[in-house]
Amino acid sequence: MTSPGAVAPIVRMTGIAKRFGDCQAIADASLEVAAGEIHALVGENGAGKSTLMRILAGLFPPDAGTVEVSGHDVTGWSAAEAIRASVGMVHQHFMLVPPLTITENVILGREPRRGLSIDMPRAHREVAAAADRNGFRMNVRACVRDLSVGEQQRVEILKTLVRGARILILDEPTAVLSPPEVQELWRVLRALRADGGTIILITHKLDEVTEISDMITVMRAGRTVARFPTAGASPASIARAMVGRDVALMTEAPVPQPPAAPRAAAGGLEVRHLVVAGERRARAVDDVSFTVAPGEIFGIAGVEGNGQSALIEAIVGLRRATSGEIRLGDRDITARSVRERDALGLAHIPEDRHRRGLVLDFSIADNLILGRQREYDRRGSLDRARVLADARAAIERADIRPSDPELPARALSGGNQQKIVIARALARDTAALVAAQPTRGVDVGAIEQIHARLRAARDAGTAILLVSAELSEVLALSDRVAVMYGGRIVSIVPRAQASQETLGPLMTGAA
Amino acid sequence: MSDAATASPAPAPARRARVAEALLPPLVALLVSVVAGDLLILAVGQSPGAVYRLMLEGTWGNAYGFAQVLYKTTTLVCTGLAVAVGLRAGLFNIGAEGQLAAGGLGAALVGLALPAGTTGLIAIPLCTVAAFAAGGAVGYVPGVLRARWGAHEVITTIMLNFIVLAFLSWILTGRLRVPETVHTHAIHAGALPRLSAWWAPFHGSAANASLFIVLVAAAATSWYLFHTSRGYELRAVGLQPEAAESGGVNVGNTWIRALALSGALAGLGGINFVLGYEHYYEEGFATGAGFLGIAVALVGRSNPLGVVLAALFFATLSQGGLAINALVPKQMVDALQGVVILAMAASVPEVRRLLTLRRRAR
Amino acid sequence: MSMVLAFLAQTLRIAVPYLFAAAGGVLAERSGIISLTLEGFMLGGAFSAMLGSYWSGNPWVGVLAGLAGGLALGLVHAVATIRYKADQVVSGIAINLLAVGLTRYFLKLVFDSSSNSPRVPGFSAGTSTTALVSGLLHNPLIPLGLVAVPAVAWLLYRTPFGLRVRAVGEHPEAAATLGVSVKRVRYVAVALSGALAALGGTYLSLDQHQFTDGMSAGRGFIALAAIIFGRWDPMRAALACLFFAAAETLQIQLQAMQAIPGQFVQMIPYVLTIVALVGVVGRAVPPAALGRE
Repeated sequence: MTSPGAVAPIVRMTGIAKRFGDCQAIADASLEVAAGEIHALVGENGAGKSTLMRILAGLFPPDAGTVEVSGHDVTGWSAAEAIRASVGMVHQHFMLVPPLTITENVILGREPRRGLSIDMPRAHREVAAAADRNGFRMNVRACVRDLSVGEQQRVEILKTLVRGARILILDEPTAVLSPPEVQELWRVLRALRADGGTIILITHKLDEVTEISDMITVMRAGRTVARFPTAGASPASIARAMVGRDVALMTEAPVPQPPAAPRAAAGGLEVRHLVVAGERRARAVDDVSFTVAPGEIFGIAGVEGNGQSALIEAIVGLRRATSGEIRLGDRDITARSVRERDALGLAHIPEDRHRRGLVLDFSIADNLILGRQREYDRRGSLDRARVLADARAAIERADIRPSDPELPARALSGGNQQKIVIARALARDTAALVAAQPTRGVDVGAIEQIHARLRAARDAGTAILLVSAELSEVLALSDRVAVMYGGRIVSIVPRAQASQETLGPLMTGAA
Repeated sequence: MSDAATASPAPAPARRARVAEALLPPLVALLVSVVAGDLLILAVGQSPGAVYRLMLEGTWGNAYGFAQVLYKTTTLVCTGLAVAVGLRAGLFNIGAEGQLAAGGLGAALVGLALPAGTTGLIAIPLCTVAAFAAGGAVGYVPGVLRARWGAHEVITTIMLNFIVLAFLSWILTGRLRVPETVHTHAIHAGALPRLSAWWAPFHGSAANASLFIVLVAAAATSWYLFHTSRGYELRAVGLQPEAAESGGVNVGNTWIRALALSGALAGLGGINFVLGYEHYYEEGFATGAGFLGIAVALVGRSNPLGVVLAALFFATLSQGGLAINALVPKQMVDALQGVVILAMAASVPEVRRLLTLRRRAR
Repeated sequence: MSMVLAFLAQTLRIAVPYLFAAAGGVLAERSGIISLTLEGFMLGGAFSAMLGSYWSGNPWVGVLAGLAGGLALGLVHAVATIRYKADQVVSGIAINLLAVGLTRYFLKLVFDSSSNSPRVPGFSAGTSTTALVSGLLHNPLIPLGLVAVPAVAWLLYRTPFGLRVRAVGEHPEAAATLGVSVKRVRYVAVALSGALAALGGTYLSLDQHQFTDGMSAGRGFIALAAIIFGRWDPMRAALACLFFAAAETLQIQLQAMQAIPGQFVQMIPYVLTIVALVGVVGRAVPPAALGRE
């Protein structure tokens, strides 16, 4: 409760709940933001931060709870009303229309008119003036698709400012910025605060929280769990509030010992001077080289968006490399197809199981043979009996529940779905395994089982390339650890020398 | 949205609910078309009950009518299978009209090329394969255009309909046709017997033995889709192409294979008229059957058995239109066809939405 | 000189329905809704216009009736695809079949004919060469048709509504976050496409003073071909329409000489569309949100 004489919070959200389809995104969240402060909303992926702010911005109503802005109850208002009430949001994935110019993107929805048409000269003038006023250098006639990421973000911020935003919400704004661009963003935010504006910053980067914010609210699994001033808070205390007991689970695992006698099997995965193009950049993977020996887990840590996806797709065969070499054992597989690589013993756990890992409408048994379906041909037909028998064995071994092989994969929880993907990847003697985000969206119990299977595969001699955005997972599993930043491998160290403190700065490019 | 993506789903629909999701839309579509039919009938001042009764009498109520239903079903099963196979692969084949016509001409050409008196044991399979191959060749083109150049098959198959039909017309008027007509000479070999040869009550109807060939084709399609590895790949590509690709399936080749097979199945429908009925190729011999195949595939839920049943339904509707012509313009059936497709298209997502809401409310 | 004039006049007369339909189709497609429906809209408009002119004796009432018919069919497509999220391709085909079926039904019902209506008051003035030129002056739908595309271009590129249409067709979420109602924009765009394409059909039936079964004869698909060939830009689509119309005019005049088989000239628009989708890989790029929910 606020004490008498104190100013009421400019934003107050209480008892918010929201569900989408089968997923409870927010169970019970609240937020209090004072006017003129920079307020950090922190939490892990999936904590519900974005959803909470989208409710505030009027994109959809909450299922329960109230939203108050400047003392007025605005629960369930529309985006248009929120904008009129000076609430503006800059989204994590930009809401810009690529073929349109900066001006057109900025005026969309509130176009200046002359008669029946848009007064474009006036629009250009006004947008350019607003840009100058806020210290943004931009050519307002340029097409948005030609802009850099940092420039696009500035356009997003400008969109909110021209609409008179006094409460600005930014969702993971630094995820795609380079360090100098981050400092530029801080400059803008501080200027806005000095001007009397209020800023809510969604982030999971703790160093940023301590650098820029005044107040912190922590969310975990759809609930608000803590609220305290930044002054006096340490990254460790914030992290403890963010993660809860999960951290204990990961760090309790013993530091893996290197295998006593490394198997002499030929094999291993090698990448030499690999360059791969990405969606927006010519060198999403920029001259990367490393080796993964048989019987070791080589973990690549790093924030998403630094080239990991392009690297994985190139190694697995889903994307062609611009230059460089990929070797499996003594074979050059750079030009081979996905099927050929699989036949040679390269297995893949994709990072997005719903998109790349499973055909959700197929049964568990059918998903288990994906990629190997031709091996089950017998006299022209699929040998259903063998498919089912093999499926039952795999289900039992991986403890997949429910265990009926004819159930559609859609019916299973995320963790069990992931177990199908992993069971399929490890079904044969695999020479090398590329495991991308293997426990993303997986419940705690299943995480343990999946980690155990990976370790078992490692002990059996498989070379495992682990790519994970969860540093704790990389540290829990790997024998050697690398950090990927900006498309390059910036460091490779044995596990014993790796820790949050030494790797964290490398992951944000600070070192 | 990363928030929603990481949570696990609630228990999926039980088997019963999945069956409901499959069967409800056709029932809804049926209901809507009955209502629409009622409106159209009332507009003429007739009683819907009387009209529907007459429709049933004229189709399933007498042998000749039923045989005519069987005749129309034969072509519709082929075009329905064609669209269904395409849909299973995630592709939209709107080109069944052209593929069907090409198949008919293919069968006729072989039938004309064979010497008169060639035994049916050789001639019939040859002509049938020709129909299959001609349709397949036409279906192959949009497959390649999509796989190699990303040209969307919806547009290319529609365009090819016009191109193929114009091309066939040119071939026909070039030198093949009987003067003053739009059909070829009668084929020398490969004719199929009418069903009336075995069942006298069917006398006078066009129903013929191609029905059996087509039903076998439906069974074979079902086997291909659900019991072979190639069919597995086709379905995987249709449901989740990125997962199939990750599993090593060549998505582009699968598309080509699917559209070629689709075209071939549509082409097969040509034997109904050419080998079994008039014994020559005639321009426009099955106009509308290609588009109707879309309705058949949708109502039949892209399942070969469903396709056969849906084909029976639409054939009954079509023949029934003739039977009621004294009371209500038979063109009512044409209007109802559009209503059924629209109702199907609107009810599939809506039924799914309502069933999901109901499931979550529990 | 008069031959060139006659050629131009005939090309323009043939192009009018394409121009109307392409104008409407571009609007709907740029808002993100697939428009296979143009054929059905055109046929429906032709029939409604004939009916309106028949019952009132005034062709202008026919024009209004044609507009109403097109609006109605457009709204059916809009409701099915926007409210019920029906597959847009399937809905398009359904609308086309519905138009064919309903026009046939009412043709039989009202006029007891399965092929054509009786003669109704219309706009044209004959088909001889001099009449072609004067016909251009006497049929108000011709100048209206020529203006339709530039009008849509102005609407699309210069008005607030047009900006929102373009935004909604490329990145609907972006528009939604700024408070633009994506559904409302699409409803209006599709309804307008129905009205415009129906005007194309209105021109056909009022020019020939009667309605004939299936008289749209695939023109709606040619208009769609023109849209794709013109890469979803109204003015370029109009040029494609004129080009196709010129080819058709040429074929009619060459038919007397039987230089090229008519069937091959018929194929031209369709072959060119495939070429546009293939030969200029990546460049015939549709609006990003086309066909998506």
